Amino acid sequence: MPEKFDVIVVGAGPSGTSCAYKCAKAGLKVLQIERGEYPGSKNVMGGVLYRKQMEAVIPEFWKDAPVERAIVEQRAWMLDKNSMVTTSVKNNDWEKEPCNNYTILRAKFDQWFANKAVEAGSLLINETVVLECIVEDGKVVGVRTDRPDGDVYADVVVLADGVNSLLAKKLGYHNELKPEEVALTVMEVLNLPKNVINDRFNVTDNQGVTIELFGDATKGNLGTAFIYTNKESLNLGVGTTLSSMIKAKMKPYELIEYVKNHPMVRPFIEGAESAEYLAHLIPEGGFYSMPKLYGNGVLLVGDAAQMVNGIHREGSNMAMASGTLAAETIIAAKEKGDYSEETLSSYKTAILDSFIGQDLKKYKDANHTFEEQPQYFKDYIPMINRAASSFLTVDGTSKRDKQKEAIKTFTKEKGTFTVVKDLYRAWKVMK
Amino acid sequence: MEGDEIKMEEKKNAQTIEEKQYLIRFKADTESHLHVLSHDVCIEKCPDKLCTIFCPAEVYKWEDIRMHVGYEGCHECGSCRIGCPHENIKWEYPKGGHGIVFRLG
Repeated sequence: MPEKFDVIVVGAGPSGTSCAYKCAKAGLKVLQIERGEYPGSKNVMGGVLYRKQMEAVIPEFWKDAPVERAIVEQRAWMLDKNSMVTTSVKNNDWEKEPCNNYTILRAKFDQWFANKAVEAGSLLINETVVLECIVEDGKVVGVRTDRPDGDVYADVVVLADGVNSLLAKKLGYHNELKPEEVALTVMEVLNLPKNVINDRFNVTDNQGVTIELFGDATKGNLGTAFIYTNKESLNLGVGTTLSSMIKAKMKPYELIEYVKNHPMVRPFIEGAESAEYLAHLIPEGGFYSMPKLYGNGVLLVGDAAQMVNGIHREGSNMAMASGTLAAETIIAAKEKGDYSEETLSSYKTAILDSFIGQDLKKYKDANHTFEEQPQYFKDYIPMINRAASSFLTVDGTSKRDKQKEAIKTFTKEKGTFTVVKDLYRAWKVMK
Repeated sequence: MEGDEIKMEEKKNAQTIEEKQYLIRFKADTESHLHVLSHDVCIEKCPDKLCTIFCPAEVYKWEDIRMHVGYEGCHECGSCRIGCPHENIKWEYPKGGHGIVFRLG
């Protein structure tokens, strides 16, 4: 008779490990299965870890975890070819514990985190692919792995298998993703000495900066580029919806070179040594792309449930929060001795009531609006650059005329009515 | 500091896809986890050979009459499965413990 667990968690990223950790802490018998050589070996993210949701899993984790820098400044750049208009919020309080958020390197962090779950009593098996869920009488009762005699059973299976979630698709919870529902993102880790990073980003040893780049960073396509500071390296990446990548016939590795060589970016990375190149998909479909979240004996968490807020580049926090809510649902189900679809349905309610459901609902129309209305990235960002640059170019024109000129930059090219309509539309999807 | 700058000049900035791929550790399986279902579909229905453009690792290369699949350098991102306009790519994960091994990001 094969071994039986209370819970099997498929995947050892932030969502799966949050769930495994919480369940193990509650005394449940947990098996976590990871397909990579070690947790994190298949995982990629820009690098922002949100303290609040991580702390809910492991209090004061920062004292022990491999975090890079505490983020004290968040910059946004609207890029044109040879200019930019920027905003920044810097707050040194974000460096005081408990910090707002941190940069991390996932291969290091995920190993540390999964090991915490192991210390809590969870059993971790690496280098094992789950091929499918075992379904008996309409109930998920375990998983079939690619190991010899690889069937394992449990009362509940948690699918934390990432953006592609082949397992959820096999269960019929999910249709195949469409190119406009995912962002193809590539990233390089660029080594630079600590003091050079400090000088170029105007920070001290433990302070970090995030920069999000819009406009010319994606050649006007729907997406962003980013530069995040680690202790002794930068994570520089760029991504657009896969549909934009296809439409514009862009090669991702050429696009990242375009960003690296952009006159506004280049001075920041001058002399850096490339340490790693990584590609990954980000689920960007939002609320409408969320699959069925629960079934008889099964729950979906994290990227597998498409829980990413693309507008605020939040994902790892939603992963951790969903893993935690899944664990709470499972612990309650264990007490009841009932893992039916009806009992597990409280997970969906909890998700929708939490910031995950609320935020994904808030921006539910944002992604496809910007996908269908490319003018925001393609036209308006260059226009803002032209208007601001012309306003600040001292050439003997009176300030009143400068003002008129700046406004005309928009109304002449687009017409007043179109500008007002576009502003209203943007407000509507972001409000 | 001037001395620092000179040392930094010697560091390697990976520019081409070949240089980028060279930075990564792969534990390649002996068989491919990616399969083009029909090369005829590529020939007859796909003049742009889109996968050869958007694949972030240049896994797909068109060779006159067939698609060459360099699965050994795959990042397992899933773009080709989703982005192939003819759903002509069968996509699985490599065997447990195989494929790409990220060390950092």
